[in-house]
Amino acid sequence: MTDRPGPAEPARRPYPDPDGGSGGGSPRDPGLQPERTRLAWRRTALTLTVVTALTVRQALSGDLGGLLLAGAALAGWGAALPIYWRRGTGTGPAPLDGRSLPAVALGATVLAALGVVLVLRGL
Amino acid sequence: MWQAIRRWFDPRELRSVGSTPDYRFSLANERTFLAWLRTGLALVGGGLAVAQFLPPLPLRHLREAIAVVLLLLGGAVAVRAVDHWARTERAIRLGEELPASRFPAVLALTVGLGALLLVAAVLVDAVGGR
Repeated sequence: MTDRPGPAEPARRPYPDPDGGSGGGSPRDPGLQPERTRLAWRRTALTLTVVTALTVRQALSGDLGGLLLAGAALAGWGAALPIYWRRGTGTGPAPLDGRSLPAVALGATVLAALGVVLVLRGL
Repeated sequence: MWQAIRRWFDPRELRSVGSTPDYRFSLANERTFLAWLRTGLALVGGGLAVAQFLPPLPLRHLREAIAVVLLLLGGAVAVRAVDHWARTERAIRLGEELPASRFPAVLALTVGLGALLLVAAVLVDAVGGR
């Protein structure tokens, strides 16, 4: 019926045991930290999508420059999504990846700057 | 300052200090960063919403000014989020005290003050509009 392993299968240890693997710990982090972190990435991706949609809506107000800026916002969104996807899916804790976090923060900052340009253009 | 910015983008530099902590600490730090990033994105979205959905205000360009302030605040929150994340990760690896920050207090006061100003503006408009 399902492809999940039955109870007869030996317990797997998908996550490193933080207590040093003495065998006494639970097979996975009872605090579900990897899962919570993945869900946090997905929530953030959703927020980014909404803000990108608002940016595109702001940009699409007539002229060619607005069209180009809307395209830039969409391109940035498309470039950021794989990062969110990589950190938001999979099993086990993703290793610390020092580049993803600054990259998505930079993306949000660029989006803010683009918003300022778009608002000032509309004056 | 440039050195700090370069540090944000260099994972090897981050991994070179101290010892690798329990991965749950790093994940908690990452989630805090993401929560701040969503806060920043929400401010950016709020600024765009003000620019697009608020009717023109009696004061000239006030609507655009509110939008720009919210957008700049959102960008600052995002930059500060990554800086605080990097400094916290470093402190965890080195076993030091976590970095303290005035930023949450400043942001809370700014948002609260902005809300008070808007309440005052709405009241003045309601009384004066009669």
